Amino acid sequence: MVTPSIDLPNGLLMTRLKLPPWLVLLLPAILILMAVVLIPLLLSLYSSFTSYRLTRPDSITNWIGTFNYEKAAKDENFWAAFGRTVLFLTIALNLEMLFGLGLALMVSKVTKGQRLLRTVMMFPMMFSPILVGFQFKFIFNDNVGLVNNALQSLGLSSTAIPWLVDGKLALFSIAFAEIWMSTSVFGILILAGLYAIPQDPLEAAKVDGCTSWQSFRFVTLPFLMPFIYIAMAIRSLDVARAYDMVQIMTNGGPARRTELLWTLIGRTGYVDAKMGYANAMGYISIFLAIFFTVYFFKKLTSARAELGMGG
Amino acid sequence: MAQVHLRSVVKKYGGLQVVHAINLDIADGEFVVLVGPSGCGKSTTLRMIAGLEDISGGEVLIGDRVVNDLPPRERNLAMVFQNYALYPHMSVRENLGFSLKIAKRSQSEIDRAVDDAAEILSLTPLLDRKPGQLSGGQRQRVAMGRAIVRHPDVFLFDEPLSNLDAKLRTQMRVEIKKLHQRLKSTIVYVTHDQVEAMTLADRIVIMRDGHIEQIGTPLEVFERPNTTFVATFIGSPPMNMLPARVGGGRVVLTDGTAFDIPPGHKVEEGQDVIFGARADNIMPVGHSLPATEHVAEVKMSVQLTEPLGTETLLFAQLAGQEVQAKMLNPRPVASGEVLTFQINLDKCHLFDAETGASLRV
Ligand SMILES: Nc1ncnc2c1ncn2[C@@H]1O[C@H](COP(=O)(O)OP(=O)(O)OP(=O)(O)O)[C@@H](O)[C@H]1O
Ligand SMILES: [Mg+2]
Repeated sequence: MVTPSIDLPNGLLMTRLKLPPWLVLLLPAILILMAVVLIPLLLSLYSSFTSYRLTRPDSITNWIGTFNYEKAAKDENFWAAFGRTVLFLTIALNLEMLFGLGLALMVSKVTKGQRLLRTVMMFPMMFSPILVGFQFKFIFNDNVGLVNNALQSLGLSSTAIPWLVDGKLALFSIAFAEIWMSTSVFGILILAGLYAIPQDPLEAAKVDGCTSWQSFRFVTLPFLMPFIYIAMAIRSLDVARAYDMVQIMTNGGPARRTELLWTLIGRTGYVDAKMGYANAMGYISIFLAIFFTVYFFKKLTSARAELGMGG
Repeated sequence: MAQVHLRSVVKKYGGLQVVHAINLDIADGEFVVLVGPSGCGKSTTLRMIAGLEDISGGEVLIGDRVVNDLPPRERNLAMVFQNYALYPHMSVRENLGFSLKIAKRSQSEIDRAVDDAAEILSLTPLLDRKPGQLSGGQRQRVAMGRAIVRHPDVFLFDEPLSNLDAKLRTQMRVEIKKLHQRLKSTIVYVTHDQVEAMTLADRIVIMRDGHIEQIGTPLEVFERPNTTFVATFIGSPPMNMLPARVGGGRVVLTDGTAFDIPPGHKVEEGQDVIFGARADNIMPVGHSLPATEHVAEVKMSVQLTEPLGTETLLFAQLAGQEVQAKMLNPRPVASGEVLTFQINLDKCHLFDAETGASLRV
């Protein structure tokens, strides 16, 4: 299209404002970041100080100060979910780390078909968490589930075990699904670490009298720690915002026994439509994620310094 | 302390045989150097002694024990690796004490051993550093220290000096020799540097393509090389090798120049041979050592000179081949100048042209 004099205002703007070239060049990036990150962030932060309800859009202007935060601080359900999330995170991360380590060690010892194994190892990661949730919901179902069926036909149990109903068992079941899906994240990262380990110190350790366990404990493991911490940092963020699988498998229930932070926040925001309050809880929860990330990155830095890799 | 014996030791990687049935007896307290060109199987042999490499055939004995099936930790030996193989996450002190810690020695004993080793190797001020904060020479000393704290039966060294600059290498060579005199332990030392081999060894083992070419004291292998390979490998500059034929009871070079048969050699008329002479035994008249019994004189034109201070290396032309000679009390020599050289036949060698074997009797 021919637009004879349309470029004039543009040109005028440029010459009048005299934007420095670096700013002009960065402007697209800045605008996109603002639109995608900053504005929603600020908006949600702002709304956490209002009584914003999704059903009453005008309530977003109703400033109520720190009321939502005070309410969250006194809300037992919130802190129960918070504590449960920390517990869930601790259990899932540690088990995933152990299993991932074991998996990586075994795969690294395989001489034939290692490529294939590595690919197979990643399979669980290729499924959507929603599907994994549905799958395990079925597996752990107390009537038609695979687990109970197997237990009963093997005669190991005569009653139907309420895997997804009993509070402790349900958390276990969810953790199981989570671990099934994500152990390979640890597995792959630790395997990368194993490939990167120089062989010389390991040979030196053998000559120095180490058994294979001692070689592992004193040489291999210190080398792997940075990789483990990276995996921990990534996974702690993942698990801290766990939502989809829990939502599908138990929906935080029964009676909030498996309520994690984000199922609670999600329900508060979208089901109860209390968006302002949900955002306030969300901001408190983010500190949890930030805490874990900072913690693991600190560990990572010191483990790298140990190895002389520099800060 | 212990002897080490290799009995027909073979190493195969799949179908590829890299060490061919080698036999070697190392006495208690002996300093043996394995030397040879890159890829000849030195490291592999050493690693089989260490237990880091499976033995495909034959036997390795340390003391009177066959150690073929013993893991490294049960062989009581210490190894210094080419790139030191320090534990990067441990301080120098922990590196030095690690083997003792694994052996569950008491802390006071470990401290004493570490302090002693640090003292010997001047590592005391560095004890609290990590390997990453050390220079190459310092790392090398830590690697040595890690070996000596253990008082092992046998020390194994795999080219420990190859990453150091020339000056440091000379210095460490002396240190290693002192260390051996002090500890009097058996040492198997791998290098591809024949100077290192000559200066350190009680006995030198020259390897080539997975075979042992010759075993002998430094002087033996220098003065009586078994093969052309050993002759050219040991000594610097390498021995001059001139193809020749035996005719009329003399050695005749390709251009017709003839010498007497070097004493101590048995040849047949018409046999194709290789005439070997070191630069030290080819010197211009007036710039040579006092004449010995059997001397040949030959005129050669000098192409190039390399002044080394007390002597000058001359590159001359003989029978269409470059020959290196030495000039004592050197004077400037112009390129193309023709000089008369004396060849000390008492120190010259004849080898069979086909097999490369020495014709010395
Ligand atoms: N893992 C392996 N698989 C197959 N061949 C190997 C293996 N390791 C070594 N070799 C071969 O064995 C031969 C001897 O190797 P070795 O490392 O003992 O040589 P070397 O004498 O120590 O040489 P350098 O002076 O370069 O260290 C070489 O030809 C090498 O290619
Ligand atoms: Mg080698």
